[in-house]
Amino acid sequence: MSEILVKERDIVIPGEALAEGLDYLPGDNTYRENNQIYSKVLGLVNISGRVLKITPLAGPYVLKVGDKIIAKVIDIAMSGWRVDTNTAYSAMLNVKDASMRFIKKEEDLSKILAIGDHVVVKIINVTSQNLIDVTMKEPGLHKISGGRIVKINSQKVPRVIGKQGSMISLIKTKTACEITVGQNGLVWITGTPEGEFLAERAIKLVEEKSHLEGLTDKIEKFLGGN
Amino acid sequence: MIANKETIMMLAAQGKRLDTRKLTDYRQPIVIETNISWTAEGSAKVQIGNTTVMAGVKLSIEKPYNDTSDQGGIMINAELLPLSSEEYEPGPPGIKAIELARVIDRGIREAKAIDLHALCITPGEKAWFVIIDIITINDAGNLFDVAGLAAMAALKAARFPVVNEETGSIDYKNRTDKPIPLTKEPISVTVYKVNGALMIDPTVEEENSYEARLTIASDNDGTISAMQKGGKMPLTVEEVGQMIDLALERSSFLREELNHQLKN
Amino acid sequence: MVYRKRFDGRTDEELRPMEVKANVIPNAAGSASFKIGKTWAIAAVYGPRELYPKFLQDPKKGLLRCHYNMLPFSGSGERMRPGTSRRGQEIAMVMTKALEPVVDLSAFPNAVVDVFVELPQTDAGTRCAAISAASIALAEAGIPMKDMVSAVAVGKVDNKIVADLDYMEEHVDEFNPESKGQPVSDIPIAVIHNTKELTLLQMDGEISKDDLLSALRLGQKAIEQIYQLQKKALKERFVKE
Repeated sequence: MSEILVKERDIVIPGEALAEGLDYLPGDNTYRENNQIYSKVLGLVNISGRVLKITPLAGPYVLKVGDKIIAKVIDIAMSGWRVDTNTAYSAMLNVKDASMRFIKKEEDLSKILAIGDHVVVKIINVTSQNLIDVTMKEPGLHKISGGRIVKINSQKVPRVIGKQGSMISLIKTKTACEITVGQNGLVWITGTPEGEFLAERAIKLVEEKSHLEGLTDKIEKFLGGN
Repeated sequence: MIANKETIMMLAAQGKRLDTRKLTDYRQPIVIETNISWTAEGSAKVQIGNTTVMAGVKLSIEKPYNDTSDQGGIMINAELLPLSSEEYEPGPPGIKAIELARVIDRGIREAKAIDLHALCITPGEKAWFVIIDIITINDAGNLFDVAGLAAMAALKAARFPVVNEETGSIDYKNRTDKPIPLTKEPISVTVYKVNGALMIDPTVEEENSYEARLTIASDNDGTISAMQKGGKMPLTVEEVGQMIDLALERSSFLREELNHQLKN
Repeated sequence: MVYRKRFDGRTDEELRPMEVKANVIPNAAGSASFKIGKTWAIAAVYGPRELYPKFLQDPKKGLLRCHYNMLPFSGSGERMRPGTSRRGQEIAMVMTKALEPVVDLSAFPNAVVDVFVELPQTDAGTRCAAISAASIALAEAGIPMKDMVSAVAVGKVDNKIVADLDYMEEHVDEFNPESKGQPVSDIPIAVIHNTKELTLLQMDGEISKDDLLSALRLGQKAIEQIYQLQKKALKERFVKE
């Protein structure tokens, strides 16, 4: 008596019924009520076997341990720097996690990172109340200088990166830019001004068209043969 | 808030911008719509790039001020709505909104763009008062120019309401075809100095990177009716001259857009 | 003492013409424009973001906070003074209550999701338009929600039970000579789509219990027209090429 009411990659809104009966299971961003499975967000339907999931098309970034994000220094404390994570929660970058080298007690922390600086950091701890610790003490984590930072919806980050990094590699190659994608939706691009602009537009295009299939071809076409 | 200040300044010195526009180009599209609100005697919505501003004109009959007993009056108010940017909070207008309203007010008032004598009904007793409310819908930079254009478009679109001859009260539900007596059309252009270069129509990021700005309201014959300098750094007289030249040239571009789009 | 045919010729459960759009404010996390007749609401959602003042913070979940404001030129009479009014504050509060039952902010302790609604022009039914717009804006912002909420006013105009009263119907005895002295009841409601439960219910005027229940049922039915447009607005951005 079970029936599926949607197709793979259908766009659904909150409260839209996805399936009827107990043969199907509610996955991410869905819920079951009165024998029906409903969507809990605006998103794309993903059917894997008997599990129904929704891939959100928008939505706030939820901080996760291990994620690389781009953050902005907003305050300097005794023990380190407070950074804005582009979410409702700021994070702490402790002095001991800021650099491979030893930072002496009497050093002026603002000489290392000043208020307003952007950094690429990794989340190392998230408490139940969303108190966050980040580190900059690994390869690929650093202070940002030059280039530009653009903002996209964090839910689109996986599409911008692509399968095994295919999309972002394509954009990097075609625009000759260095690109770092933060899981929190901030993207740092550095290259020539023209290259940066082209990369920015390509990333915005991925963001806008993320619901479509064959996106890599579209982006390749947009970036042309240069 | 993302800044990119360093790159914006470096590019400006080379005559370039993050979005590859020329320093003196306005963003596209420029869209001017009028009569967007049936409850206002005149209204407009103006979009330049991603910045959108609405303006609404309301008319009322009041007692003229004592020192100008044969004239009507104007009042301009601006609200930076929290709906239009994460930077704005609910509450009474802050200094940024007050400056915006006053700069637009002076541009219109000092140009004598509205014939205030023609607004007088009975000297010393009754005259029309024009109130323009400027409302931000999406602040993506350059509110001064967009708001100035919206105020002008709303004024041009406004029509007087019917007045009940017996009671003298205004019937706001019915309108005459009589427009507001406009004698001139002042247009504001704001020129920004960024790392020594002169720039028009900044985005929010660019607005966070300027040293000085000058808003210049001018008429179609090049008469300047109001100015406002802003920013932390001083300007030389030579720079002011260059800024005026640029503003006058760009104001004729905006004026053409206004008149062209209102005709269609 | 009869109101035979509606002033604008609508059937009893027919709503005024609507124009509904999502994504109208690029700066916002989600936004919507909702026009019904000559009433127009624009909604924008910001957040989840840090909540001030701090004593409002809830360590268990995020706070939903609605704001409602009629623009100074949006009234049909004189200019309205800008700024908060008691009416605006009460409407903001009932809007929040109307949307809270479907919104899930458990992943955002201590934070706030702000919904700002502005009205550039009005002709009755503003709180309902505001709620319908806000629901779209929240969904577009990707806020986890159990369902959509749609809102409309129902009521009894003279002898007739109708949906989506306009200004003339709210003041029927001014505009219809035969309705002199007859009561009008105005009942704004908001409905959760799947369960048809009411999350907003206010009423003023006079009505009997039986008429009230028929009016509510008429509203539950009529509101489907709003839901369909909310759904369309949310989906039309993502059309397949």
